[in-house]
Amino acid sequence: MSRFSELKAVDPSVLDSVAQQPGAAKPDPVLTATGITRRFGGLIAVEVEHLEVQRGLITALIGPNGAGKTTFFNLITGFDLPDDGTWTFEGREMGTLPPHKVARQGMVRTFQLTKALSKITVMDNMKLGAPNQSGENFFRALVHPLWRQQEDEIEERAIALLDRFKLSHMSDEFAGTLSGGQRKLLEMARALMTDPKLIMLDEPMAGVNPALTQSLLGHVKSLRDEGRTVIFVEHDMDVVRDISDWVVVMAEGMIIAEGPHSAIGENQAVVDAYLGTHHDSALTFDDETTAKMAAEAAAGADSAEGTDT
Amino acid sequence: MDWGQIFSFAIESALGTQAMYFALAAIGLNIHFGYTGLLNFGQAGFMICGAYGLAISIVEYDLHWLIGIVVGLIASGIFALLLGIPTLRLRADYLAIVTIAAAEILRIVVRATSLRGFTGGSNGINGFTAGFQDARPGFLDGGIDLGFISFSSRQSWVLFLGWITVLLGVGFTYLLIHSPWGRVLKAVREDEDAARALGKNAYSVKMQSLVLGGLFGALGGIFFVLAQGSVQPTPQDFGTPKTFFIWVAMILGGTGKLWGPVIGSVIFSGLLAFTDSALRQAVAADYVPKSIIDGVQVGQMRFILLGLGLMVLMIYRPQGIFGDKRELALDAN
Ligand SMILES: Nc1ncnc2c1ncn2[C@@H]1O[C@H](COP(=O)(O)OP(=O)(O)O)[C@@H](O)[C@H]1O
Ligand SMILES: [Mg+2]
Repeated sequence: MSRFSELKAVDPSVLDSVAQQPGAAKPDPVLTATGITRRFGGLIAVEVEHLEVQRGLITALIGPNGAGKTTFFNLITGFDLPDDGTWTFEGREMGTLPPHKVARQGMVRTFQLTKALSKITVMDNMKLGAPNQSGENFFRALVHPLWRQQEDEIEERAIALLDRFKLSHMSDEFAGTLSGGQRKLLEMARALMTDPKLIMLDEPMAGVNPALTQSLLGHVKSLRDEGRTVIFVEHDMDVVRDISDWVVVMAEGMIIAEGPHSAIGENQAVVDAYLGTHHDSALTFDDETTAKMAAEAAAGADSAEGTDT
Repeated sequence: MDWGQIFSFAIESALGTQAMYFALAAIGLNIHFGYTGLLNFGQAGFMICGAYGLAISIVEYDLHWLIGIVVGLIASGIFALLLGIPTLRLRADYLAIVTIAAAEILRIVVRATSLRGFTGGSNGINGFTAGFQDARPGFLDGGIDLGFISFSSRQSWVLFLGWITVLLGVGFTYLLIHSPWGRVLKAVREDEDAARALGKNAYSVKMQSLVLGGLFGALGGIFFVLAQGSVQPTPQDFGTPKTFFIWVAMILGGTGKLWGPVIGSVIFSGLLAFTDSALRQAVAADYVPKSIIDGVQVGQMRFILLGLGLMVLMIYRPQGIFGDKRELALDAN
């Protein structure tokens, strides 16, 4: 039921032949970014030379706190303006498109700090996500019969998605009454209401209890089966290993490594970044957490609960 | 003390012109703040647009009063655009600063001596209600008399049309708020960036809200001067205190609630008249020693009492009369 009839599931094996290095070309990139720089005063938060994101697969974006992952999301989705750089989505130059127009192109993002619309019901949060609503026009809004039918269709879709995310019982509650984990679920479900081609999730599992994490992972995988592209930021290496088809590692604004998760743990640059070898600028690495995560990344070992600030 | 008289005063005010035009202006403010989260501290400026638009059209250009109303509405629409274009892309507080200043600037401009031929300068404008009163339907010729309260025929016509406009305004708001458009409005109030990330044009919808709420402000100004029979650029008619009283009325009723601004305006006006006449009678009957307050000070005293009452309300019922306490608690997280 997608408005993008061309969505097709992609076989992850297309990445087998891709070079495991920063900026590697992909067989069929949905998003291509070149020369993106963002400075905050003297700090270079993002300096991405080249990045291609393969269509229809799950790409994990990892890196220590302050690496520039969130800033990169903000730039790509129009919430922030780069000092330099160009990027295309579906071959279309995105340049200075404002956030709402980026979203309308089929590229939707969620936020690291969840943005549940507290004093709106869960159902209305969901309905809000639906694109092309004729009742959002001021004059049509006044004549309810003009949009009733579309509203009913939207509601049907919302009910189905809420079911899938185990939130149906909260449908009529204010979103502000949800737990932190439920809000993450709601935000993701709401983003799916836009029927996106590309969904960018900024730490979707942070603060979600382990029982929910499993179902959330299931949802992300099912997005791939529907042919949607997923980029997600995550600290938990177990999660990254479980669902990602490709991993991109950022540190100090730059992309320092790319490859399948199996190759990333052994990558010397990644281990250095997490252990803080280049720890010369006044960045806010939490040494204990990052060291722990690096050890786990390197050893490919057990779970780590990544927290960001 | 004559309690019957005190209560009939209070009820007369609760249904009278002040409650009526406050309700209109507060409906607009509720669209701005209650539903969209826009901090408009210049509702009096929109009232000026309506009032002067009406009066100047009639007195200077001999236009029909209905056209005068349209002119007033157009003027307030332009005022909204002028305020919104530079500020609505910025943080919410910029609109607050700009509206409070712009409303006051507008009031000072219309009372400028150099504009005397047009706006009447500090004298304002009189004699623009004849056409409006000529249109009064016959059944109001004797005024309205309910026994314990009564309104003159002139007042009755303003009140009749004004309260109908209030009801239409509430109905109009209802249709809008319970639509996808209203949903976007509330989403912008809750979190603009979340709305943007979902493809909603927050800037455009905030602009629409600013214009719409401003139109209700203009209607408030129009019915205010139709009742008063003159437009005067004084602080108590069109200054910042007027804006704040409208805020009080809205908060009293319940911000973001359909009937909140109307009920709030009715109660605000009723309470003000009640404290006023009760105090006056108490002073006259020597229940309150003249050394504490005299008759002249009653005018100020009632505002002090009203302020205290508001504090009590904010402590025990911060959500207003119609508000939902659960909703307010959600603000905390
Ligand atoms: N608005 C801002 N102003 C100044 N510095 C910022 C701003 N946003 C982010 N930064 C800085 O940019 C760097 C990258 O931050 P961020 O993108 O949030 O990292 P990540 O999401 O990878 O943890 C950090 O050093 C951060 O302090
Ligand atoms: Mg981040």
